[in-house]
Amino acid sequence: MCPEYIIGLMHDYLDEELEPDKEQQLREHLQTCKECERMFNELKKTVAFVKSISHMQAPENFTANVLARLPKERKKVWMQRWFKNHPMLTAASVFVILMMGSLFSTWTQDREFSVTKQDNLIVKNNTVIVPKGETVKGDVVVRNGTLKIEGEVQGDVTVINGEEYLASAGHVTGQIEEVNEVFDWIWYHMKRSGQEFIDIFN
Amino acid sequence: MEAIVKKRIKQVIKGDQDAFGEIVEIYKNSVYQLCYRMLGNQHEAEDMAQEAFLRAYVNIKSFNQDLKFSTWLFRIATNLCIDRIRKKKPDHYLDAEVAGTEGLTMYSQIPSETPLPESEVESLELHETVQKEILKLPEKYRSAIVLKYIEELSLNEISEILELPLGTVKTRIHRGREALRQQLRYV
Repeated sequence: MCPEYIIGLMHDYLDEELEPDKEQQLREHLQTCKECERMFNELKKTVAFVKSISHMQAPENFTANVLARLPKERKKVWMQRWFKNHPMLTAASVFVILMMGSLFSTWTQDREFSVTKQDNLIVKNNTVIVPKGETVKGDVVVRNGTLKIEGEVQGDVTVINGEEYLASAGHVTGQIEEVNEVFDWIWYHMKRSGQEFIDIFN
Repeated sequence: MEAIVKKRIKQVIKGDQDAFGEIVEIYKNSVYQLCYRMLGNQHEAEDMAQEAFLRAYVNIKSFNQDLKFSTWLFRIATNLCIDRIRKKKPDHYLDAEVAGTEGLTMYSQIPSETPLPESEVESLELHETVQKEILKLPEKYRSAIVLKYIEELSLNEISEILELPLGTVKTRIHRGREALRQQLRYV
């Protein structure tokens, strides 16, 4: 049996940590000792065998199965990622939310009576009257009040959150519109914004 | 690659599970293979490999980001497999450690002076034979051999994964190699 020292050299060689002079020493010994040469070859063969069995693939759906076992993701992160992945939808939804919010707040806050300024309109206790025989030029808008039309309006009439009475003698050249619900209000706003938008180009 | 993994880890720490999915994709094969070679059973290997990733996810905040992620991940997987082997080990006298061999049990001492019967050699694929012999190694040597030859890691990385001095790792690889030689010499 050869000294442990030589076997140690073999293992250092297999670890790729054998210095050149010691490697020379090992080679010289192997040339003279058949038993050590056989053992050295067996070790090298063993390593080759073990290396040859590597490379395995994880089973199908492995990643999905791992993810399914993770604790629930926090909602915040999910939303952040969704926003990141859908920038256009995010911008659009933020816009819609802001629009709805501002419109809704103007609807709920804007409870004060107001009317467009036209000289010949008569205002009495939140009631606006277009007097008989008079002609009001331009659009008339009344908020939170009643409008009685006994004369003529040359333009559109809009009553927001109120009522409009058209007397038999009264006459409106444009359109008459009453807005009483939140959604009507939003729709009215959108139509007006759209109209303004078109007006810019006209 | 380490740079991508580091970036993904930061996202995972913020709670992003998709980023963790990418990490799993990168390491799933090597972790599964490590577990399979340690345990020798596909079902158990998948279970342990999944468990390793799950633990990595749960403990990601304790991962020291100056280290290589794979080192930390392999450490988790190796420890899980060793625990599993210890739990299922049959209570048998062959398990008794041979004095002075630091974990080498009687299993690895059974001489195979007699070559395997020819029919058996023929019927068993070489790979199966080698796998069977790896599984006979005590887990201390098995983990070192698998990390070295299956995962093809450097001795330094193995010493970090196993949290052992380099000298101890070398000893384990030498003994593991010798035990395998005894078993595979006639194949």
